[in-house]
Amino acid sequence: MAKVTLKGLSHSYLKTQSSDADWAIREVDIDWNDGGAYALLGPSGCGKTTLLNIISGLITPTKGDILFDDKIISGLSPVERNIAQIFQFPVIYDTMKVYDNLAFPLRNRKIPEEEIKVKVHEIAEMLELSSTLNNRASGLTADGKQKISLGRGLVRSDVNAIMFDEPLTVIDPHLKWILRSKLKELHQKINRTMIYVTHDQTEALTFADQVVVMHEGQIVQTGTPVDLFEKPKHTFVGYFIGSPGMNVLPCQIKGNDVIVNGKKVETHQQIKKNNFNKTEVGVRPEFISFSNEGIPVKVLSVSNTGRHKIVDTESESGKIKIIAKSNEDIPSGSAFLKFKKEYTYTYGDSWIIE
Amino acid sequence: MNKTVNQKAWFFVIPVFVLVAFNAIIPLMTVVNYAFQETFGNNVFMWEGTRWFKQIMLSERFHASLGRQFLFTFIILFIQIPLGIAIALTMPKEGIGVPVCLVLMSMPLLIPWNVVGAMWNIFALPDIGFLGHSLNALGFDYNFTQQIGDAWFTTILMDVWHWTSLVVLLSYAGLRSIQPAYYQAAEIDGASRWAIFTKIELPKMKKVLTIAILLRFMDSFMIYTEPFVLTGGGPGNATAFLSIDLVKMALGQFDLGPAAAMSLIYFFIVLLVCWVFYTLMMRNEEKS
Repeated sequence: MAKVTLKGLSHSYLKTQSSDADWAIREVDIDWNDGGAYALLGPSGCGKTTLLNIISGLITPTKGDILFDDKIISGLSPVERNIAQIFQFPVIYDTMKVYDNLAFPLRNRKIPEEEIKVKVHEIAEMLELSSTLNNRASGLTADGKQKISLGRGLVRSDVNAIMFDEPLTVIDPHLKWILRSKLKELHQKINRTMIYVTHDQTEALTFADQVVVMHEGQIVQTGTPVDLFEKPKHTFVGYFIGSPGMNVLPCQIKGNDVIVNGKKVETHQQIKKNNFNKTEVGVRPEFISFSNEGIPVKVLSVSNTGRHKIVDTESESGKIKIIAKSNEDIPSGSAFLKFKKEYTYTYGDSWIIE
Repeated sequence: MNKTVNQKAWFFVIPVFVLVAFNAIIPLMTVVNYAFQETFGNNVFMWEGTRWFKQIMLSERFHASLGRQFLFTFIILFIQIPLGIAIALTMPKEGIGVPVCLVLMSMPLLIPWNVVGAMWNIFALPDIGFLGHSLNALGFDYNFTQQIGDAWFTTILMDVWHWTSLVVLLSYAGLRSIQPAYYQAAEIDGASRWAIFTKIELPKMKKVLTIAILLRFMDSFMIYTEPFVLTGGGPGNATAFLSIDLVKMALGQFDLGPAAAMSLIYFFIVLLVCWVFYTLMMRNEEKS
């Protein structure tokens, strides 16, 4: 178990870098506590897998340091770092039985057979693999194989951290849910630092205490699921998290006032400076309601999801989505919208203005 | 799936059938014809039944050449398969080295077989050949035209030189198709290099290796041109493998009946081994 710290980490797959786009990871700083459950969330190609592989030692970063318990371990191999990693696609040793697959990382570390036996049975019990221990691993279904991969990661009790690289991609939706709760349960039971990479917000938000959102190689926000939802620090976090995502509308800033479509909008912050190329107002569909005055819009369509209604409207400066209660009456034709002040933020050049 | 029945579609098979008939079925039938009859020329045939088959099956000469054939095939498989895998493992995985190695590896495969025989014949000549002369200069008593051991050594060396590349190329393709995640997982699991080879690389190469072994078995079992040019089957009959012996019998001695029976037996051995091999391969496939 260990505290994981990343300092000024940058990585590029190219030999020489001329622009920001040449970096897969840019200036990443992270402090993760011992025993926490963390998620790295971002779209494909944002650098999250690269970051994970840097932590596990499969990739050497171009710049920066990795520290476990405040000791620099940048030059060490994955074995020396003593971490476990589970990959997107199940990695099993085809010719071995399930038992031998699970025992493999322990045998490589010359742990006595009796001890291995106890450990393997314990893990197999947790992952419900006990009945298949004597089967050949190659005959299992995709989720059975992925359970083996998970098992090989969890079987060592002394690892510094366990990394998951989108481990549930190949699993059926209902099993996904079961395995996810299983992981959460395991985390509480063994209390080890777990780092979970995913592009699925539900996975990240349900698994982790702290979610790190990445965008184009940079960390745009770190926080609890509630933080990310209620106060996105970057417009990307706004529309990447939430379904549907945050409404982002262009605005003008005049003095202390924020103007959208010619109307003044109350936002959470006090605007003190205004030296941005682009200013926007962001508000989640959950925090917008119909009103007698405010931003004029045209109601385009209403879709009922059962739990609530999603209303598509169009204003002068772009489309706005609203989430309304399923029993609420939706005006047709033109209407006015009111934003909840506490959850309405102003963004300058995509970053929140504070 | 519902299949439409249209018997007229058989007409489309005719061109292929005609081609196959001319290049395989008709010549084979000629051989069958000779295998059961005796002829004195002028298209006069006498029925002999299974006499030629019995004669071949009981002949010491056939046993000897079949034995030599199996020995040769096993030796070259034993050398070429591990050597091919070993070379494939050491080949570069990226950069300019890849095409360079691939081209160098393909070279021996592109040389016509009789040229290979001729090259090695000259190369190994004890008086003027580079190999033969060097070996003698180093104090070895080497003469592949007169000593049985030397003849075998040279033939095997030639075959290894000519065909190991095929195993290398197939193994290399198999190795390159292994997902990097397997190596990464093994690294994290703390697997040794040997464990990575036996637990990941070999199992993943199983399919290409099966093909490699099958191809090398068939080719070496039917080898003719190279040893014919290199040693002519000699000294004596020491390197007269099945094909060489067969040609001697058919064209040298003009024993058409026994030669035809021998070719059929030969053909069935190759067919049988391939069938057994293929069935085993497919059964393993179904299991996993």
